[in-house]
Amino acid sequence: MARVATAAAHRTGRGFLRDIVRVPDNIVPNFFEPFLYLLAMGLGLGAYLARIKGVRYIDFIAPGLVATAAMFGASFEVTFNCFVKMQFGKIYDAVMSTPLTIEDIGLGEMLWSTTRSLIYGTVFLAIASSFGVVHSWWAVLTPVAVALTGMMFSAIGLSFTAVIPLIDYYTYYWTMFITPMFLFSGIFFPLDRMPNWVQVVAWFIPLHQAVDLMRALILTGDIGSAAAAAAWIVVVTGALFVVPMNLLHRRLVK
Amino acid sequence: MSDPVVVVARGLTKRFGQFEAVKGIDFHVDAEQCFGFLGPNGAGKTTTMRMISCSSPPTGGELTVLGMPAWVDGRRIKRRMGVVPQENNLDEEVSVIDNLIIYARYFDISPKVSTPRAEELLSFVALEDKRDWRIYALSGGMKRRLLVARSLMNEPELLILDEPTTGLDPQARHLVWEKLRSLKRQGVTLLLTTHYMEEASQLCDRLVIMHEGRILVEGSPRELVAGHTSPQVIEVFEPPLDAEAGLAALEPVADRTERLADRWLFYTGDGDALLAKVRALPLDPSSVWLRGGMLEDVFLSLTGRGLLE
Ligand SMILES: Nc1ncnc2c1ncn2[C@@H]1O[C@H](COP(=O)(O)OP(=O)(O)OP(=O)(O)O)[C@@H](O)[C@H]1O
Ligand SMILES: [Mg+2]
Repeated sequence: MARVATAAAHRTGRGFLRDIVRVPDNIVPNFFEPFLYLLAMGLGLGAYLARIKGVRYIDFIAPGLVATAAMFGASFEVTFNCFVKMQFGKIYDAVMSTPLTIEDIGLGEMLWSTTRSLIYGTVFLAIASSFGVVHSWWAVLTPVAVALTGMMFSAIGLSFTAVIPLIDYYTYYWTMFITPMFLFSGIFFPLDRMPNWVQVVAWFIPLHQAVDLMRALILTGDIGSAAAAAAWIVVVTGALFVVPMNLLHRRLVK
Repeated sequence: MSDPVVVVARGLTKRFGQFEAVKGIDFHVDAEQCFGFLGPNGAGKTTTMRMISCSSPPTGGELTVLGMPAWVDGRRIKRRMGVVPQENNLDEEVSVIDNLIIYARYFDISPKVSTPRAEELLSFVALEDKRDWRIYALSGGMKRRLLVARSLMNEPELLILDEPTTGLDPQARHLVWEKLRSLKRQGVTLLLTTHYMEEASQLCDRLVIMHEGRILVEGSPRELVAGHTSPQVIEVFEPPLDAEAGLAALEPVADRTERLADRWLFYTGDGDALLAKVRALPLDPSSVWLRGGMLEDVFLSLTGRGLLE
């Protein structure tokens, strides 16, 4: 618990401020991406489509884009930003000469990137709701779901950051992990009429679970499937939680 | 001060894979003293400092810092310790003053306490007018000075300085020396590495000379000069060829002679007598120079003159 407290200290007060003063350079640009999809696909493409599973196309895709916003929010932070801090700025070396440990650093980064995904996800939902995409009162739980999603992608992204030697390797992370997930996680088309094996594979895709969770909370109100997806995310995040710490330890302790 | 001995190392070893960078060294650092590590590039000074500052786990031997086992009790040790690393690791993305305040935050020092302290330390290192600058706008020497200020934010009992004055101009170097002396008077223990022999002679109560992962000698600067080199040295710069035979004939009179590309050095206990003999040779008088033995002579005679790596 002391560890969690100092990790929080690492990112609170002025520690947090370090990142907050950089919000305009840092957070704002990535903010627009899900909106572009919402407008282009939801309104643009949606105008040519019949209803999908009984709802407007924009209603169908909006929850998935909330999950995407959460994923992007966390991922940008724990990939490029953390790598620059660690490799070029040697910031972690400086922090390690204070009472904080590598575990505190890893935890602090995950908490901050989760915070960032929370900002992305909830602001996106608030704006998207003006298009009338919220259909269930369970949507009030969306921030919790967004935080869970953010934490999961923080753990995954930070683990990748801890092992890559060069910043160029993020191309692999993005083109082979993030983008395919974005396209094939049931955000833009339902997977339940696909062959069985597709659905089996999809069950293992982290973003797909997050999309199911958001859609249950925001669109269908199917709290049973929300609980199942949330449980999946909690278990996976719990299992992955120590991985980035161990990998950072291996990289930074010499 | 609680402990009379602040750092104790016994058989301290550090391996990087197959390579042994520190090969079982023994030393101890007394409280309220300045203890120096000298040695050529790659001797293992930084590696040793990083083990003491609990940034790097020892791979063998024992290391006690402030009465606690290093690395194991790293968190508690680091709370009471300040570190100036050899490599700059300031936060380039925030201002000068925020670098200090954020760093203090990691020691649980609230901005209310750290802000005035940071201002004070900035004026001490003569950076008060750079308060709101970004790091990239500072010169190399200013960054070093800011690192010294940063290391003092938690009011440490033990201060570890890895080449703190490298890249500083003479004014700034004297400024830092003055501050280090005043910290020592206040009871702070100092651990210092440096390549400046004058700095070591002026600041260190005791020092070791390291070479290839081992400690060669230990003592006060005065003891080392007395024990490992002659009291006086005569240097003859670029002697003409026809004087060389005469100089060579003087070799038996000196304790030790060194012939370098540009000069001859005679180490001796009786400089005046030898100087008279040198002056009798056909030499330009301004090329002959008598001086006292120095730490640099000890260093060079122990670690050799060639580039090691
Ligand atoms: N992380 C590392 N991995 C492998 N070898 C290392 C590592 N760090 C240091 N070394 C090696 O250990 C030896 C001692 O290095 P160290 O940095 O302690 O030297 P130093 O005495 O501080 O030298 P300098 O005066 O150049 O700062 C060197 O041969 C160096 O190459
Ligand atoms: Mg060094």
